[in-house]
Amino acid sequence: MSTLTPAAPQNTPPGPTALNAGSRSRIFGRFGGKSRMDPTRNNTAAGIAAWLLALLFAAPVLWMILTSFHSETDAATNPPSVAANLTLDAYKEFFGASSGVSPWPPLINSATASILSTVLVLVLAIPAAYALSIRPVKKWTDVMFFFLSTKMMPVVAAILPLYLFAKTTGALDNIWFLILMYTSMNLPIAVWMMRSFLAEVPVEMLEAAQIDGANLLLTLRKIIAPVAMPGIAATALICFIFSWNELLLARVLTGVVAGTAPVFLTGFVSSQGLFLAKVCAAAVVISLPVLFAGFAAQDKLVQGLSLGAVK
Amino acid sequence: MTTATARISRTGHSATKPSKNARSRERALAWARRAPLLPALIFLIIVTQLPFVVTLIISFLNWNSLRPDQTGFAGLSNYIEVLTNADLRQAIFTTIILTVSVVLASLVIGLGLALLLDKKFIGRGLARTLLIAPFLVVPVAAALIWKHALLNPTYGLINGILTWVWSLFGSDTPPQPDLLSQAPLMAVIVSLVWQWTPFMMLILLAGLQSRPMDTVEAAQMDGASPWDIFRHLTLPHLRQYLELGGLLGAIYIVQNFDAVFTLTSGGLDTANLPYAIYQTFYFANEYGLASAAGVVVVIGTIIVATFALRTVFSLFKKEAAR
Repeated sequence: MSTLTPAAPQNTPPGPTALNAGSRSRIFGRFGGKSRMDPTRNNTAAGIAAWLLALLFAAPVLWMILTSFHSETDAATNPPSVAANLTLDAYKEFFGASSGVSPWPPLINSATASILSTVLVLVLAIPAAYALSIRPVKKWTDVMFFFLSTKMMPVVAAILPLYLFAKTTGALDNIWFLILMYTSMNLPIAVWMMRSFLAEVPVEMLEAAQIDGANLLLTLRKIIAPVAMPGIAATALICFIFSWNELLLARVLTGVVAGTAPVFLTGFVSSQGLFLAKVCAAAVVISLPVLFAGFAAQDKLVQGLSLGAVK
Repeated sequence: MTTATARISRTGHSATKPSKNARSRERALAWARRAPLLPALIFLIIVTQLPFVVTLIISFLNWNSLRPDQTGFAGLSNYIEVLTNADLRQAIFTTIILTVSVVLASLVIGLGLALLLDKKFIGRGLARTLLIAPFLVVPVAAALIWKHALLNPTYGLINGILTWVWSLFGSDTPPQPDLLSQAPLMAVIVSLVWQWTPFMMLILLAGLQSRPMDTVEAAQMDGASPWDIFRHLTLPHLRQYLELGGLLGAIYIVQNFDAVFTLTSGGLDTANLPYAIYQTFYFANEYGLASAAGVVVVIGTIIVATFALRTVFSLFKKEAAR
């Protein structure tokens, strides 16, 4: 193992930092010091316009959050009562037993399905991405496009056989079946993303490691892992978001026992009647994990959604 | 610690061994390369391709689960039914309108936002984060908020603001539109445009930021107006990003279920194909018909996806050529 000193990457982790710094500076600081080509008055106008539009687009989200902290009487007024007293009542009622249905089982189901399917996706996608980028198999582009084509097939085109299969085998309303479905839903995206991240590993470093006699495991651990880790994290976050958001499969394949948070939310209004503050509180609670994950991975979000084609 | 790979390449050099042996070793090496790929590949084939084959088969059957004794081969009758049944034909039509209008509107607004965010201004990072928020709210939650907190005719925010603005001018008869019942498809479109514009903005922003700035500067030196630069430099550069955003958006929006399901439950001609198929098999139990409709959706998606693949491929080729 001592033969691996020259090309050892621990002191020069090129991929992740270069990648992050690159994308961040590209987005946040390109005009640094170039005010000549972009006069300040234009920027002020653009800034005001951008801020107005940003507030307009965020308004429904901000309104949802504000309403969730209002009492039911303040929530449903016309004109809106922006300055009404803030209260945690809606959240207390949402989580409390007073409403009769606890949101905890669906939240736990969602967390289970999202986390376990994400783990399964990574277990399958990382070796596949390795075989498609670092030691590419022949015709690897064809394989890539096969993965992509499975993603482009609408879920409705396969859902009836899946439903019938689950019904006959007793897998209906079983969280494990849903986990398998979410894995297949996210696997193509994960392969595409992971491939584009692994393609960042410099070929020269791999060759240097091979010449120095590093075996596969050592190369993976010392050269590929440091470059791929941020990518793995981003892929995991995006798979988590997609699974957490999914409604159609969960609605058809689960029921009372394995129902997920989105399914719970669709039934919430009909079972509770319309209590606006409580609906908003429920929406906030269920969106919170995705909002956190999404803001954490916002740079990588595009790359994931555009299947790694845009960086 | 010498390695297997090193040893293999060394023995491979002394090529005096019989070619049969070499060929089998080559084959073993090819399989060693393929091995990490196989679990993912096999899993996807079983879970996505097999069910679709079954859908294809069911689409040629007469099968209503409530009348199991009448199950049998139906030929093309399910497909004829999909294209002639007024509801399903309307669903095809709705799907097209919904997809095209949402994609176009969110692309145009997203382009405007991307151009604004490409400039430097105070608090740009925060403005960008605020703009992404619509895309991060769970789609069902977003649809619920639109339905109850924003569009509700009696206490929704939009009518509430109208009441407030009108009251500023001393009027107590503000217009109180009810989008959900008067123009339900428009309500679905508005909420989806709101949700998908940030996606388009992010893709186009990535495109703008990969724009070579030297040509822009040269054009500015030559006295080109901002409009000329946009028209002749920025837009051509953005073309493939616009295509990519549009086609990926189309693929995701064609499949939309959450917004239609939550906002209108498919009422008043707002049922798109995913929702119509869900109803056909889940409530009407018409398995054959639902499958035929599913196959029609796949054919439609393949047409869009062919273009999408070509765009993705052109972006992808550049990188693969490294």
